[in-house]
Order: sequence, then structure tokens, then C-alpha cells
Amino acid sequence: MTGTLLLFGGLVAVALWWLSRQGLATRPWLEAGPLDDGPVRPISIPAAKLGLWMFMAVAATLLVLLLSAYSMRMEMADWSPPPRPRLLWANTVVLLLASVALHRAVQAARRGRRDAVASALMLGGGAGLLFLLGQLLAWRELAGSGYLPANNPADAFFYLITTFHGLHLLGGLVALGRTGASLRQAPLARLQLSVELCASYWHFLLAAWILLFFTLAFSPPFDWLVALCATPFR
Amino acid sequence: MSELAHGTGSHLPAAEVPEMELPHPHGWWSTYVFSQDAKVIGIQYSFTALAIGSVALVLSWLMRLQLGFPGTFSFIDPQAYLQFITMHGMIMVVYLLTALFLGGFGNYLIPLMLGARDMVFPFVNMLSYWVYLLAVLVLVASFFVPGGPTGAGWTLYPPQAILSGTPGREWGIVLMLLSLCLFIVGFTMGGLNYVVTVLQARTRGMTLMRMPLTIWGIFTATVMALLAFPALFVGAVMMLLDRLLGTSFFMPTLVEMGQQLRYGGGSPILFQHLFWFFGHPEVYIVALPAFGIVSDLISTHARRNIFGYRMMVWAIVVIGALSFVVWAHHMYVSGMNPWFGFFFATTTLIIAIPTAIKVYNWLLTLWRGNIHLNTPMLFALGFIVTFVNGGLTGLFLGNVVVDVPLSDTMFVVAHFHMVMGVAPVMVIFGGIYHWYPKVTGRMLGETMGRIHFWITFLGAYAIFFPMHYLGLLGMPRRYHEIGETSFVPESAHDLNAFISVMALVVGAAQILFLFNLFWSLRRGREAGPNPWRATTLEWQTPETPPGHGNWGRELPVVYRWAYDYAVPGAADDFVPQNQKLPPPLHVARGEATA
Repeated sequence: MTGTLLLFGGLVAVALWWLSRQGLATRPWLEAGPLDDGPVRPISIPAAKLGLWMFMAVAATLLVLLLSAYSMRMEMADWSPPPRPRLLWANTVVLLLASVALHRAVQAARRGRRDAVASALMLGGGAGLLFLLGQLLAWRELAGSGYLPANNPADAFFYLITTFHGLHLLGGLVALGRTGASLRQAPLARLQLSVELCASYWHFLLAAWILLFFTLAFSPPFDWLVALCATPFR
Repeated sequence: MSELAHGTGSHLPAAEVPEMELPHPHGWWSTYVFSQDAKVIGIQYSFTALAIGSVALVLSWLMRLQLGFPGTFSFIDPQAYLQFITMHGMIMVVYLLTALFLGGFGNYLIPLMLGARDMVFPFVNMLSYWVYLLAVLVLVASFFVPGGPTGAGWTLYPPQAILSGTPGREWGIVLMLLSLCLFIVGFTMGGLNYVVTVLQARTRGMTLMRMPLTIWGIFTATVMALLAFPALFVGAVMMLLDRLLGTSFFMPTLVEMGQQLRYGGGSPILFQHLFWFFGHPEVYIVALPAFGIVSDLISTHARRNIFGYRMMVWAIVVIGALSFVVWAHHMYVSGMNPWFGFFFATTTLIIAIPTAIKVYNWLLTLWRGNIHLNTPMLFALGFIVTFVNGGLTGLFLGNVVVDVPLSDTMFVVAHFHMVMGVAPVMVIFGGIYHWYPKVTGRMLGETMGRIHFWITFLGAYAIFFPMHYLGLLGMPRRYHEIGETSFVPESAHDLNAFISVMALVVGAAQILFLFNLFWSLRRGREAGPNPWRATTLEWQTPETPPGHGNWGRELPVVYRWAYDYAVPGAADDFVPQNQKLPPPLHVARGEATA
């Protein structure tokens, strides 16, 4: 549960910081007027962006809960993790490439160069597809060596976590495809926003994958942290 | 839409809240069925939830018939009984209460109360309802598959949930888990909408601290639900894989009927952690909107500003945060480190503090108020009493040493029905009686409403009060038939029969409510725009029922908080949030100024 608690601690900290700027100590019963110059300013980022950040918080919760379940199971005596396919390293690099490509797409969109946006999106989307393909190959390699989901929980967790991540990436590909499809017609401001949203999501997917990959591949890397947090309960 | 201007006076600066583009419906289907209007979606959510809730009500009748008169009804065999309790519990908690409070009240009230035209992502909002409907249909389908619905208990604990002794092992459990996953996906779409709308689409002047407590309750509950439901999602997917692919996330090595199963190495406790990490916040996901709504009902119908508004807001936030660190109090009997139990008992009892603050503030709002004892107020008062009763038994169960003997007895059933069954349902009824005039333009029948209230309220006490005593005697929950035991006296069986009769009566009273809903649609008294003389924005719409886009040409501007009732010196006993200045008494009376 350590990971979950850390993530929730972070989310609570953000929420508290935000709430602290919302004038929660004001006395609304004494105020009158539309409060234009009050302490409270409306959030100035677009709704879609805020919505995406909220969604990423939910997706992060989902993935961290999976990791928590994983690490709780890991502490039991009969834990035997499967070998990690070398291919995962290559996949990580491919996903990193996708992230970089989308970063460049954002820059191109800011400069208003639709052609550059198009090629960067193609590169990013292609790299995303390649990553998914690579994950499937990694599955095949594992399954070929006899590490099947039904064998033991460690194997099952590997398939489960990569599936969850892959499905989120698939959703990202759909969004990317829609952005690409409206590339020519969309007004520039709208295109910029769409590309920025895609890029944020892909950076999130990259960060999530790196976290997941390291937890899956180098388990258990956080012995000391688990020990520290579990001390009061021992 | 861009010509729509903001504000009422020319002295006001240009719009700060950008106008949103509304999707305009073309024709009947996109107006009433595939509508992207949050009000229509709210009504769709409410009706679906009430419909599936009625199914759960009938299931509770069947359970009570078996418990009160064992052996009389041959079609309720032990398998069917377990299926009834499972479906009753899951439907009531998730598909009725959660969906009705957040999907129903949330969709209808958030844009209206905040002065917005609609939710910020109307299409996603529509999708949210249809996925919810799909989840409900998948759940209903499980009644018709071979083997019937799952009988694993609403907590679906593995390993028994997917072992062959449990009814519905073949199809029922698969459909249940699938339906839960769909529900969560649908809810997440809606939930993102509610949160972003509250954060972004408030009209000018509507600061967070001027929001009605209803919105605070729904907002906080939605944030909690967004963070808690993923735990159930993970648990459901993992159990689905255990059942379908033969993985062993939750399944230990098992011998069944002398045969070694292929499972091995899973941890059933892991599921309990995931389930209750969702399950306990779920209690407050249901309770916080109820807290908020009841605050508004009490303030409006007692014609007094809510006492301690700030404290109420803080309490909602604190309860929301604390509810994430209490989940293991549902697992005292699963075996845990004593320090662990101590920690969770402490956090559980700490929640009583902000909750008690809220109860005191409701009472102080009522104190010397001009209480109108109409149906919404009656239900609000019924909620307070019931919630306090249920909360007090919660203090018993929160303590490890008291919980261990009481666990899995009727005492627990009585406790949670009081605190998160009857109490939130009281608020739902109160809320429907309160907002029905805005939704339809007509009042709900008041006499029928009062009869409905008194039968429901007194009947619920007749059902659940005696159940505490049955629990203290040691009568176990989830048993199809108690039979002959040394510790359950004959009188307990009589009490069980009495409870069953009362359950039938209370259930039948709900038919009156449903009849009232439809009868008043045509025959109800014309309500006018603001029948309760309330301050909040939803009562100030130019049309009743509010039209598409809610606000005509101009968005309202908010000048004050939501609780300006009985302001000294004002002509009326309420000042709407969008009214700039209360007209002084002598002006309103037409007297000459000095």
C-alpha cells in the first residue's frame, strides 16, 4: 500500500494547496457583490486540460493500486517472478521516442506549422503502435517459455499490468488519430490544444510505463521503503 | 452563442467565464433520448436507478418472507436466498444510491446551482449515462442466465465467490463483475464532468464558498469516488481473470470435494483490502451528497441560514479525506496485527467528530427557525434522527473488541441499513419532493407525501430497531434459516415475523410514492418558478422547467451566499443569490422614504 499512500499523499497535498487559495476561511455571509477582485480567481486553463489532468489522476490511482496489490503479493514467501524479456528495454526506448515526437508536435503546433505537426504525430503514433506490437512480442516470448497467466500470481501480474497500460495507450492512440484526422480543418488554437493534450497523455503513459517496468523488472526495489512504512505495524 | 453576454449591469466588466457552445438537439431522439443536456441525463439516471432499485426492493421482500416465515415459500431455497441478498445489496449500494446521488442529483443540480449552461463535456456526459444503463442491463441479464445471479454476498469475497458451492458461479459472477467494471467506466466519465464543471463553469461571483452545500457534498463525493472506484475496478478485473483464465490473484491452494483445484498462491485478503479501500469511501460517497442536500432542505424549509457554513464545508472535506484511512475496520475478523486494528479503530472514531459537528449545526439551524413541516422537511428531519441512530451503533462496531462478537450478526445489518440505507434514502425522497416542482413545474401531492413519509419512517424503525436486539442475541446474518439453536429464543422468531410484515408494509408505501410521481405530473398543483421561496440559483431560472441552456440570454451573476434567509431589514424572508441588494422594508411596502 506504500505506493498508494504516496500517491494519495501527493494528491491530497495538491488538493490542499489548491483549496488554501480558494478562500475557504472567508465569511461568505458577510460578503455582497460579484467579487471580481476577491481572493478567488477562476482557473485559467482550458476545461479539456483540467479534465485530462483529472483523468490522469484517476488512471494513476488505478495503476498504483495495481502496483500496491503486486507489492503486497510480492512479500509472500512463494513469490517467483518471471524473467524479464530483453525486448522490454527496446519497447521503453520506442515509447520514449513517441513522447519526444509528440513534444516536437507541440512545438510545431505553437509555431503554426501544420506539416511538421503532421509528421511528428505520425512518428508518435507509429512509435505507439510499435510499442504495443513490442509488448505483444514480449508476451509471446514469455508465453513461449512457459510463463502463462495461470501458472502463478507473479506471471499473471505481469500480463495484467502490461495489459492495463496497453489499453490506456490504445485509448491514447485513438485520441491521437482523431487529432490527426482533424489536422487540416481545425482552427490553429484548437489544434494546439489537442496536440498539447495528446502530448501530456503520452508523457504520462511514458512515466507510468517506466514506473511499472522498473517495479516489474527489478522487484522488489523498494525494500527499505516498505520496511520503513511497515515498521509501526510490525 | 457568442452573442450571449454576461452579467446584468453595464458597469460590470466583460465576461470572465467564457460562454460554452451547446450542442443543439435536432428532433425528438436527440432531445429526449440521446440528449446531451445534463438535466435530461439527470432524469434518465434517476429513473433507471429508481427502476433497478424497485427490483432490489422486491428482492428484500422475498428475503424477509423467508426469514419471517421459514419453510412457507418453497421457491426460496438457500441458493435463491443468497442470490437475493447479494443482488439486493449490490443494487442498492452501487446502482441505486451512488447513481442517483451523483448521476441523478449531480447532473440535474450542478449546472443549475452553479449558474452554468451545462456540464463542460456534454457528449461524455451522455456516454456516461448509456454506459451506466448498459451496466444495469448486464446486471439484470444475470437473473436470466443458467444458474442465475451470483450469491456470493455483496462483498463478493473470494475464494467462495467463484467456487462451485456458490450459486451463480457459472455466469452470475462473471456478469456481476463485468457490470461493475462498466459502471465504473461510466461513472468515471460522469465524475470527470462533475468535478471539472464545479471547478470551471461556475458563473461570475459564484466562489467556492458561495456554493450551496449540496454542491459541496456532490463535488467532494465525486472526487472520492473517482479515487475509490479504481480499487473496485482492479479487484473486479483480477477476480474476473481468476474465474475465466484460471489465474490465482485471490485464489489460494484449494481442495474441493477431495479434488485439488488448479489454483494456488493467491491471497483472498488482498481482495478484501481492494474491496474495502473502495467500500468504505463508498459509504461517504453516498453520505456526503446526502449531508449537502439535507443542509439545503433544512435551511430552506426552516427559513434560516445554515448554521456554521464554513464548518460544514470543512467537515465535508475532512470526512472525505478521513474516509480513505479507515477501510480495514471492515476486516477486524479477517485477522490482523493488533496495532493495525488499533490504528483503524482510532481513525474510525475520529470521523465521528466532523460528523457530529454537522449534526449539531443542523440542529442549531433548526433552533428557533420558522419550521415548515412539509414533506421535504419531514424527510430531512427523518434523516437526521436515523443517521444519528445509525451513527451511534457505528461507534460500537468501530471498536475492535465490540465488533468481533457482533460481526456477521443482524446487529451489523441493522447498523448499516440505518446509517447508509434508510438515512440516504430519506434524503433522496426529501430531495425529490423538494426539486420535483423545478423538474416538472408541478408540486408533488402533499397528502400522499406525508402518508408516504410516516409509513416509511415509522416502518423503517419497526424493521431495523428490533433487528439490533436480534443481533445482540447472536442471530447471524446471511442465514437462510436459523432453525433450532440454544441461543435464539422463540420470541426472536416472532420478532422476525413482525419485521417481515413491516418490511412488506414499507415496501408497499413506496408504490404510493411512485404513483405520486406520475399522478402529479398531470394533476399536481402548478408550482411556479420558486414555490419554496428558496435562494439558490436553480429556482431563479427564467423558465420552469428550465430550458436548454438553463439561463436564457444572460448568465446570472451571483452577489451573495446561498443562505440569505430572514435577512434583517429585507422585505422578503429570502434574498436570491443573484439579487444584488435586498430591497429595504419600507421601499418594498411602498412607504415614502424620509
